[in-house]
Amino acid sequence: MAWLVVRLAISLSLLYTASAVFEDQVGKFDWREQFVGKVRFALFDTHSQASKKLLVATDKNVFASLNSRTGDLFWRHVDKTGPEGHIDALLMYGQDAVVVVGNGRLLRSWETTVGGLKWEAVLDTGSFQAAALIGVQDFVKYVAVLKKSAISLHDLSSGSQIWVENLPDSDTVQYQTIYSGGNGLVFVLGFVPSSHIVIVEYKIEDGEIMKKKSVEAAWMSSLENSCAVISSGNLLCVDQITQSLYILPLQSAEHTEMRQIHLQTLDLEVASGFQPVLTSTQPNPAQPPLAEFFLQLSPDHHILLQLKDDLIAPLRDFNPSYLAAFATSGEKTVAAVMTPKNETACSINLFSADTGRRHLDTTIIYHMDPNGGKPNRLYVHAFLKKDDSVGYRVMVQTEDLTLTFLQQPGRVVWMREEALADVVTMEMVDLPLTGTQAELEGEFGKKAGKVQHGLLPMVLKRLSSQFILLQAWMAHLWKLFYDARKPRSSVKNEVTIDTLSRDEFNLQKMMVMVTASGKLFGIDSKSGTVLWKQYLEDIQPNSIFKLIVQRTTAHFPHPPQCTLLIKNKDTGLGRLYVFNPIFGKKSHISVPALPRPVLQTLLLPVIDQDYAKVLLLIDDQYKVTAFPSTKNVLQQLQDTASSIFFYLVDSSQGKLSGFRLRMDLSTELIWEVVIPTEVQKIVAVKGKRANEHVHSQGRVMGDRSVLYKYLNPNLLAVITESTDIHQERSFVGIFLIDGVTGRIVHEAVQRKAKGPVHFVHSENWLVYVYWNSKFRRNEFSVLELFEGAELYNSTVFSSLDRPHPPQVLQQSYIFPAPISTLEATLTEKGITSRHLLVGLPSGNILSLPKMFLDPRRPELISEQSREENLIPYAPEMPIRTEWFINYNQTVSRVRGIYTAPSGLESTCLVVVYGLDIYQTRVFPSKQFDVLKDDYDYVLISSVLFGLFFATMISKRLAEVKLLNRAWR
Amino acid sequence: MATKRVLSLILSVLSTITLLWTQFGECNNGRRLGDAVDTDFSGFSVPLEHSFEIDDFPRFRLRGALQFRGGRENGVYLAQNQLSEKDRNTMKDVAAVDGLYRIRVPRVSLQVDRQTERQSEGYITAFVRACSLVESHLSDVITLHTDVSGNVIGISIVTIPGSCRGIEVEDEVDLEVFNTTISVVAPVTAPVPETAPYIERMEQEMEKKGKNPQEQKSFFAKYWMYIVPLVLFLMMSGAQDQSGGGAGGGAGNGGGR
Repeated sequence: MAWLVVRLAISLSLLYTASAVFEDQVGKFDWREQFVGKVRFALFDTHSQASKKLLVATDKNVFASLNSRTGDLFWRHVDKTGPEGHIDALLMYGQDAVVVVGNGRLLRSWETTVGGLKWEAVLDTGSFQAAALIGVQDFVKYVAVLKKSAISLHDLSSGSQIWVENLPDSDTVQYQTIYSGGNGLVFVLGFVPSSHIVIVEYKIEDGEIMKKKSVEAAWMSSLENSCAVISSGNLLCVDQITQSLYILPLQSAEHTEMRQIHLQTLDLEVASGFQPVLTSTQPNPAQPPLAEFFLQLSPDHHILLQLKDDLIAPLRDFNPSYLAAFATSGEKTVAAVMTPKNETACSINLFSADTGRRHLDTTIIYHMDPNGGKPNRLYVHAFLKKDDSVGYRVMVQTEDLTLTFLQQPGRVVWMREEALADVVTMEMVDLPLTGTQAELEGEFGKKAGKVQHGLLPMVLKRLSSQFILLQAWMAHLWKLFYDARKPRSSVKNEVTIDTLSRDEFNLQKMMVMVTASGKLFGIDSKSGTVLWKQYLEDIQPNSIFKLIVQRTTAHFPHPPQCTLLIKNKDTGLGRLYVFNPIFGKKSHISVPALPRPVLQTLLLPVIDQDYAKVLLLIDDQYKVTAFPSTKNVLQQLQDTASSIFFYLVDSSQGKLSGFRLRMDLSTELIWEVVIPTEVQKIVAVKGKRANEHVHSQGRVMGDRSVLYKYLNPNLLAVITESTDIHQERSFVGIFLIDGVTGRIVHEAVQRKAKGPVHFVHSENWLVYVYWNSKFRRNEFSVLELFEGAELYNSTVFSSLDRPHPPQVLQQSYIFPAPISTLEATLTEKGITSRHLLVGLPSGNILSLPKMFLDPRRPELISEQSREENLIPYAPEMPIRTEWFINYNQTVSRVRGIYTAPSGLESTCLVVVYGLDIYQTRVFPSKQFDVLKDDYDYVLISSVLFGLFFATMISKRLAEVKLLNRAWR
Repeated sequence: MATKRVLSLILSVLSTITLLWTQFGECNNGRRLGDAVDTDFSGFSVPLEHSFEIDDFPRFRLRGALQFRGGRENGVYLAQNQLSEKDRNTMKDVAAVDGLYRIRVPRVSLQVDRQTERQSEGYITAFVRACSLVESHLSDVITLHTDVSGNVIGISIVTIPGSCRGIEVEDEVDLEVFNTTISVVAPVTAPVPETAPYIERMEQEMEKKGKNPQEQKSFFAKYWMYIVPLVLFLMMSGAQDQSGGGAGGGAGNGGGR
């Protein structure tokens, strides 16, 4: 008995301890890419010449330091999502970077070399307006933060507040800017729209108001964008309507009006409808800004101007020019200007700021990606060369969020695809076969295509393909021989789009990723290399994307085909983008126009003569558009119309309705379920994955009988949340509805629970996670559906003919951690046991055996439950660190997990995306179909050979012995 | 206004002589959910309508009346008419072309105290293939689903058997009377993690262990005579098998807990 327990314990623990990675396996089949998001502020560390640091703050609330030589991250701080962690301003002085976070809630100072927090100060409430470094006598000592109604001054080295002052008349005046020229005064600039500008002067020492004046400015609409302070405290503003520049010395008392300078007098004109932009530069916060400034008159026209002796004079006109930026190194300030060169390239040149003269040999050619967006930001890093001339590097940010770092004469040092920080949806597509494999495949493929050939051509075809195979094999051998002589390190398999081919076990696939900015990526799943990218222009920021694989790679010579449905969230209007997922090229197939909002899409198993699956798009008048819509497809649709059903969900009315396709591609309403919105609202509806296989129809019980699973492929899981959010009365509703008949198969409420609910719906089970508001903890619940001991109809499943409701078993568990996302592993044939992949906010991905989520886990162990390998029920779900599939490669802000089967039954490919992207393989039942990495080939072959020779020798000896005996 | 019309319809149905009380519904096994309110037993009824047309364009007619008996048990009865000669023929024709047999009920709340605020603003519908209804000799199972506060959210109809084999139904009598099983199903309460029984069980085990001093002995104390030779054997058998031995030992420790 005791031995039985021990054996059981051994076998169970062997079953459980899976998935952990050995140290030498790290990075072998997994990779991680880290991103920061769309850059809002970028500053180069100019503190020392050798510095490689580039500080960025992004719209993803990330503050990071990049290595400007390689583009890698030195360190990264990921703050809270949403407005709470929003980075308002980034200032840098020396080794310190000062960041204002959360609409002026926090002021933080970071040490830039290692990214350590030096100090943090909590600021008073009030919406953030501006922040500036304040210098006194050539030393930057303070940082000033301007709020809507107050200004505060903080010490730069300790963060302690020096003083805080309320702003006068803050309810009428909009204060927007701070300026200090290092002369012991801080100017706060505000304005009353269409009336006047207010200038308040504070003394740095104690915050005393020295002076307050208002200046007439009836044309003023915004201070922030159209004004700048230049050359020892002159406020300069530009106005589009009056086509004028206005100038005012801040300190002088006698001026009560701004001096107007018509742009006409400078021979300048602002393009109609364009808000002109003034760009000035203040290289040292303790000194006044330079007298030179850029004025942007139209999207591609900049001009460098100078204020000298109260006169504004143009230094150089850049027409056309896309972008312009100042940079300072030492005492020298330069201006970099990007001008278009030809259709595909731009040139960037350096000009000295004070004269506007071009520096010689400073051209950088920037080649624009034809599949990318236009450049929209330019960051310049200037440095002094040994001969005291100014050298520079630039970072260009484009509309599609690509960061390109260039150096002279146009070499791309590195590139970062920051659009990948916001992946919306993805698919994995098999890679194409190699040429030789395709050759063979083509031979058989034609047979399937019912093209009759004569005997002789077939034989010739076969011979030629065999010859090509032989040739390829020879070439392969030659390559092996050739590579064997080279040292290991130089043999590098560069992945390019031309060398892509499917590997033996289909472990390498193409990851097609769709990002929120409308850029599509094709990434090699083995190495993480971006193989192609395509930027889709004019994508609204609130678009919904749905990616559909219409034709896989399996139908050579037809190329694989993916369709992306881009839908506007507000109007529902959509369009289709069809492309080849392997090469990223747009397909030339004509796509149907979608004049009406699309409600639902449906990928049918029906294929057209080119092996593309048919996509049905249902519009708001319940009319159906088929894509592709050839005659063949329409014929097939007519034949099968009565068995094509689809459902629509209207969560605003709580209505679920089912429709059937008619012969003429119109639809008819056949069922309706209405969940009153006063009580609960539908938050999510999920069916099962179409490519999922279930190997076993039932479960063998302890008494050798079979409990059959209820495997309804049309089953929908509908999750609702109560409108009442009181912790005692709130609940989560779970409805299992048949998508064809509208029959509610199961209906349950989880009391005292609330969302967010994460769930996985697969096979015959549903796993969901909710927040228990009574006990304040996360809980897992699993629902399994069984038909019982007998199958109603074992040959085929039809929703229309399955009258008996299934048996439902349910069990719940405590999960001791919050959850970001949930997904289940998926394998080719469904033989391998399933694991749940749980994305935790800590960035770890937990691979939880489904075995732990089994509603048949018994309270008390019996002989039968032991026979079935059921684990005794324990209310708390364990979290073991060896279950983390990504060891220390945490993924920030996990948003989704994508699983795909590989050619090996034991292996499931996993991609985790969020701020970072992590790809790995998991083996839920261990690698039962693969020999181990450290398999001892030498031992097994020596044993084999040894046995073989031993047999030979003993046979020979036996023969001799027999012969001898015969002679005797 | 609409409710009035419905009520008058029901009254007219009730007054007809061909009133048939079919099998009554099972009591709801789910608990009475929401804040339990004491209700009177007056009950109320809603019309059940059906439609079966050759052209498959739904035209709903009255099939019967659902009688809800308020109170704790959510009992429901279905009073329905016989199918007329014409209907029977239509039904057979619809079955022949594989048409649909649809039913619908208005959206109502089953809580009697909510009747006043009840609005019949829409219907919930379901269907079954007409042929399966014919072949099952009008034996159908209708289930009304309610949400936590007693609103009817869905209706489902299945026939037993549910298949369409193309069997000709000869006897006209078989298509006269519905053999209906009707029930109301409320959502079941999903289980929560059962901590109390688990802790109790653990305590019992601890107690058991405490009572039996033999059990208190540690794993090694009990089985040292087996383990020592095993370990010795493993050590003798050389380094080749080291990984297997390590795994076994780790598992043994795991089992000891």
